[in-house]
Amino acid sequence: MNKLISRIDKERLLLGIAAPLLAVVAALVVTALVILSTGKNPGPAFNDMLTYGFASDSQVYILNKATTYYLAGVSVAIGFRMNLFNIGVDGQYRLAAFFAAVLGGALTVPGWLAIPLILICAMATGALWAAIAGILKVTRGVSEVISTIMLNSIATAIIAYLLQPGKLAQLQQGNTVVATKPLPSGSHFFSIDTGPSGELWGFIFLAAAVGVAYWFVLGRTRFGYDLRTVGQSESAAAASGVSVKKMVATSMVISGAVAGLIGMPTLLNDSYQFSSDFPTGIGFTGIAIALLGRNNPIGIALGALLWGFLERTTNHLEFQGYDKEILGVIQGVIVLCVVIAYEVVRRYGLKRQQQKVGAELAAQAAATKKQEVA
Amino acid sequence: MRRVAKLSAACLATAALAVTATACGSTSSDNNASSSSSGGAKGGIKIGLAYDVGGRGDRSFNDSAARGADKAEKEFGGSIKELTAKTSDTEADREQRLQDLADAGYNPIVAVGFSYASAVTKIAPKYPKTNFGIVDSVVTGTNVNSITFTEEQGSYLAGVAAALKTKKDHVGFVGGVDNPLIKKFEAGYTQGVHDTNPKVKVDVQYLSHGQDYSGFSSPDKGQQAAQGMLDNGADVIYTAAGSSGNGAIEAVHGAKGAWAIGVDSDQYNIPGLAQYKSAILTSMVKNVDVGVYDFIKSVKDGKPLTGNNVYSLAKGGVSLATSGGFISDIQPKLDAAKQKIIAGQIKVKTTP
Repeated sequence: MNKLISRIDKERLLLGIAAPLLAVVAALVVTALVILSTGKNPGPAFNDMLTYGFASDSQVYILNKATTYYLAGVSVAIGFRMNLFNIGVDGQYRLAAFFAAVLGGALTVPGWLAIPLILICAMATGALWAAIAGILKVTRGVSEVISTIMLNSIATAIIAYLLQPGKLAQLQQGNTVVATKPLPSGSHFFSIDTGPSGELWGFIFLAAAVGVAYWFVLGRTRFGYDLRTVGQSESAAAASGVSVKKMVATSMVISGAVAGLIGMPTLLNDSYQFSSDFPTGIGFTGIAIALLGRNNPIGIALGALLWGFLERTTNHLEFQGYDKEILGVIQGVIVLCVVIAYEVVRRYGLKRQQQKVGAELAAQAAATKKQEVA
Repeated sequence: MRRVAKLSAACLATAALAVTATACGSTSSDNNASSSSSGGAKGGIKIGLAYDVGGRGDRSFNDSAARGADKAEKEFGGSIKELTAKTSDTEADREQRLQDLADAGYNPIVAVGFSYASAVTKIAPKYPKTNFGIVDSVVTGTNVNSITFTEEQGSYLAGVAAALKTKKDHVGFVGGVDNPLIKKFEAGYTQGVHDTNPKVKVDVQYLSHGQDYSGFSSPDKGQQAAQGMLDNGADVIYTAAGSSGNGAIEAVHGAKGAWAIGVDSDQYNIPGLAQYKSAILTSMVKNVDVGVYDFIKSVKDGKPLTGNNVYSLAKGGVSLATSGGFISDIQPKLDAAKQKIIAGQIKVKTTP
């Protein structure tokens, strides 16, 4: 019996490595074909991506981007673990960042007090916005996919209405940019100066803390167990005394609260204000990254880093004369490959297991038969 | 199984970090410096262009900048390198674009669009020997040329033309996104209409709001908005909405006796709009190409422009196109209004 377990583990290890490897290789091949079809040589392109992507200033850029993407990935993953498709992360983080920026600009208290207040405001806004979808789902049975998509548009409209000179914003820089009042310098989050490579955002540590909390709460607490149970089977969870409705609403709120943090690295480490060119669409990036990372805290981190790496290097590929659309192609191919590769490997593993169990049973049957004969 | 996955992930992460550590110390510009020196100069001027979303081919704003650069390239020889913004851009991406161009020795570098303002503010001081130009915003710096336009003055003239041409005393304005830049168009237009004929009603509609920039690139929305105004009784419609304007012009072309007023480029002469040109009364031309060309020429001549260069009506930075000859009958009145603006008798508002 012991031997059997160790054998399965070895195989599973192989299978575990096989899936991401398969995905990356497949993605590389497809990307190479795409570059070839545009009449260019993929070799120098990959080479350029590597040298440029591992330059020290690129690393700082990638880590900074990954900080934001990691939070987005975790936020989406919380919903995924629960079988909830929170597409509203996009609206949640933008609305949260907007109100946090307004609050931050208005606060005159010292930074050690202002920064936590800004963070709480962002998380509360994100949580409340997500709660609307959660409540609609548990009370009226509205699909969260539909309601969160609609809430995204509503968030856009609310921001557009309030981000006007004379409302909650003011004109800046050559009278062409509308932005909230900038945060006082005391409310800027710390960053690490790496010299010529640029500044590494201090928020990366907070993002890592969120990752640890995610792992701990989901993997090591009763609440996390309940959440995963509901995600795997609602009826089984209900039968074992878990209130499914409560769990749905709660996990939506938590997902929204984490979503509220997505805009914070940009706000507290970079822009210090919310203007009409505040980055949009990161919520959707988060879906891809959560898929890529298989909802695993370390996997999401790797996915976020990969995403940052791809953006940095494909920006440079455009500079080298390759088509800028290549980024979208690579990203799409990778997500597809990962999803397909994991499914293929999972099925293969399942088949192997069935075969093995079958063989064991046959051997056992044969053995008993022999005994009978004897 | 889960432990194994974690273990392999940890190994991967460590490996990635190890690679990271080995590359520390050399930035991408160091790498670039060594490679670009071996490339050898092609001769002539190396023009770097960082476009706004849409890039070359938008038939409007970015294209106008491209025309200026093309003209300079033709006259002075040399090369153009173009990079284009994405909608998901952050500050870091815009900075990277400018930095890549500067590292590769492009000079001058033109940032097309106000969203580059803070990126130019940050990058320009790092490259004191490179000349930066920014369109539609003002950035201070000894090596920065801010190219701005008095859109409200040109739009005022468009308003005068609209008020003189309307038969139903009802005109319309379609804006792309309700940002301060487009509001300058609206303010000038409305003032021009009312100064000419206070009885004329002006309908105003924006296609998208706030962070949603789709209003600059949605011909379908432009068409719907224009159709709605036509149905309401407006018969002259001025559109300042990037490529969404194409849809508005199409809608106006379908209504008998209605006129469209184009924007940024002389849209009567744009091949893609040729089938609708009989409905294009005039266009409020914003000569971004002149601003870009002047800047490149000044760098080539060794006397780079700096500070804020305002391309006003007086300097020909904005004007009404006369292609098609539809406004030749009211030209004297337009010229009179133009003179009054230049003389300062008419102050055109920049906010509605």
